[in-house]
Amino acid sequence: MLIAATIAILVVMIMAIARGIMGPTLYDRILAVNMFGTKTVLLISLLGFVMGRPEFLDIAIVYALINFISVIGVLHYSDASIFKHNDQQKK
Amino acid sequence: MDTLLNISSALFLLIGSFLCVSGGVGILRFPDFYTRMHAVGVTETLATAMILIGLMLQNPDGLVVVKLMIILLMTLFISPTASHALASAAVHNNLMPELDKKEDNEKETSSNP
Repeated sequence: MLIAATIAILVVMIMAIARGIMGPTLYDRILAVNMFGTKTVLLISLLGFVMGRPEFLDIAIVYALINFISVIGVLHYSDASIFKHNDQQKK
Repeated sequence: MDTLLNISSALFLLIGSFLCVSGGVGILRFPDFYTRMHAVGVTETLATAMILIGLMLQNPDGLVVVKLMIILLMTLFISPTASHALASAAVHNNLMPELDKKEDNEKETSSNP
């Protein structure tokens, strides 16, 4: 069951990367990167149990913190002009 | 006792994997940024909690459970905060949710005559 959960999480990470590549707005890409980071934390802790080395959980803790800081760090620049969204459906 | 722990751990991992996959399908197929954010929110709180509880039941003694509890608490505090910051930045920059166009047309046609 551990291996099945690992494969499911790998599939979900591929789906998140697909949304990040074809996302229509910038916010979809940030959302996909955030989801990818959370799934990476889960994948590292599952792989630690699969390989019988639960010391991997330390790396998972560090990765959770890095993920949060990266999202907040990108959103710190949300006043820049590249973040402005012009609604194209009204035209 | 061991078989009970194994069965409950497998059950938690199964529910967590199902919720993860449904969130992945949601992020690909939902039409709008805000609805996609709903799909991601499901995977980031409930599915993460299910999978981490399943891992706790695999090895229920020692430092491993403490580390898994730390990861679970950090995820439960951090990911709603990041989602809130992302949604408020999107609203500030005029990203409007997609509304149903059929309803607008009906209102227009009903108001025109």
